[in-house]
Amino acid sequence: MPTALSIRNLTKTYKNGLTALKGISLDVREGDFFALLGPNGAGKSTTIGIASSLINKSGGKVFIFGKDIDVEFAEARSYLGLVPQEFNFNVFEPVVEIVVNQAGYYGIDRKRAFAAAEDCLRRLGLWEKRHSAARELSGGMKRRLMIARALVHGPKLLILDEPTAGVDIETRRAMWDFLRKINAEGTTIILTTHYLEEAESLCRSIAIIDRGVLIENTSMRRLLDTLHLETFVLYLKDPIRFLPELPEHDIQQVDDATLEVSISKEKSLNKVFTDLSCHGIEVLSMKNKANRLEELFVRLVNEKAAPASPARASIA
Amino acid sequence: MNLQQKYVAFKTILIKEWLRFMRIWIQTVLPPAITMVLYFIIFGNLIGSQIGGIKGFTYIEYIIPGLIMLGIIANSYANVVSSFFGAKFQRHIEEMLVSPTPNYVILLGFIAGGVVRGLTVGVVIFLVSLFFTHLQIHSLFVTVSVVLLTSVLFSLGGFINGVFAKSFDDISIVPTFVLTPLTYLGGIFYSIDMLSPFWQKVSLINPILYMINAFRFGILGISDISLLASFAIIIAFIAGLFIVGLYLLDKGVGIRT
Repeated sequence: MPTALSIRNLTKTYKNGLTALKGISLDVREGDFFALLGPNGAGKSTTIGIASSLINKSGGKVFIFGKDIDVEFAEARSYLGLVPQEFNFNVFEPVVEIVVNQAGYYGIDRKRAFAAAEDCLRRLGLWEKRHSAARELSGGMKRRLMIARALVHGPKLLILDEPTAGVDIETRRAMWDFLRKINAEGTTIILTTHYLEEAESLCRSIAIIDRGVLIENTSMRRLLDTLHLETFVLYLKDPIRFLPELPEHDIQQVDDATLEVSISKEKSLNKVFTDLSCHGIEVLSMKNKANRLEELFVRLVNEKAAPASPARASIA
Repeated sequence: MNLQQKYVAFKTILIKEWLRFMRIWIQTVLPPAITMVLYFIIFGNLIGSQIGGIKGFTYIEYIIPGLIMLGIIANSYANVVSSFFGAKFQRHIEEMLVSPTPNYVILLGFIAGGVVRGLTVGVVIFLVSLFFTHLQIHSLFVTVSVVLLTSVLFSLGGFINGVFAKSFDDISIVPTFVLTPLTYLGGIFYSIDMLSPFWQKVSLINPILYMINAFRFGILGISDISLLASFAIIIAFIAGLFIVGLYLLDKGVGIRT
């Protein structure tokens, strides 16, 4: 399958001497939904900035759909749509002008640009706001405006740097649905996020960067398979005051009607239910605790971090 | 990007710039018109009538070309420096930087925006001046070409200022401490023939003198400076500043990390 983004030995040292990237190489396949994760300051935004030509690299090569961003920059950039972390539009401009102008920078004439802008704004629920100045939009709308702007020229590769940061749950879910839809339509998506639930829910591939080094690059499924333990949340039919002694199982009482059980993937849950039943505890329902990627993330970053700074993987 | 697409990108920047300054016309177009009305009334009619003529023209006729040029220079410069710095400050310059638009098209787009504002203000001042005197254009070609070239030159100046500016103070230092003194000392209100030989020679190092005199030749047919020298100086400055501006964009000075 063709490669949407190919990075080879990418290095970046800033003027202040900080080395943000220490020779990263990775490939993102066409059509993939790819998560680029890492703690704050790991080098994610630097990688994205270099790929989108906003940051000058110190060394290495970047190819977008096979086009070298240094040599065939116009073609390489035409394949790419970027949704940066910070709002970066003219807050005094009307919404529709921001999107139409962006199309113009890609050589799309004004008539076609208006049609494309209308399509993007409608899909993102902003058409009614098209004449409003961007500063009048809510935080969630501003995020959607940046997505509409990034999509107006029909990019094959969309890079989103923390697109759901600071938006409410409803908007976030709607954005997830939208991103899934455009990915299903063929757009390759690279996503950085601090919401690991988001990455786990959306992405099929994952790379983790820490301190400018790639520490993991695999499929989401393969990474999650490396977890030996799974945690389930059990909702009880009747409240209990105390959890009985169950030495065979790793069970924690969350509250009087909720338990959390961590169990090896090789073990059956039936024994847990049987032992609970023996003590008169009936389980009404259960769910898989959705923090699997979080556990792995913390473990990977801590395992591969320098010994001088243990437990540095803050993800919030 | 083919030529047609580059033209679309250029036109997009130009339209964006035009809409930007027209959206705030009360701040951009109206003030120079009001300032010039005051100049015409005070220096033209009230004081000018006491001064008498210069080189066969009434004083108000003599100063009008310089005052129009003052508006064009200040507004071409101000448009690009404020727009480019604003784009940097709000980071929406990134909209262009991530796109396939070549740097020279971005530079030309900003220059065109400055030229359009300079011309708009110049036309407004010219129309206002017709309420105070009757002007006949001596050479349309010289008038138009000097206006365009001067506007391009100061748009480039504004662009370079915008590239290096790190704060809003930085975008007002050059206009206040460099452009305004040079413009006022560039022969708007007097002919350098009225100065002593020493100050005449000193005046010749002021590039704005060449522009004002060339423009005055276009309108009135008189100039303190050779027309050829004026055009040569303006074109040389444009070429130099364009190369510098493009170099800064290519290097990403102030805009790429």
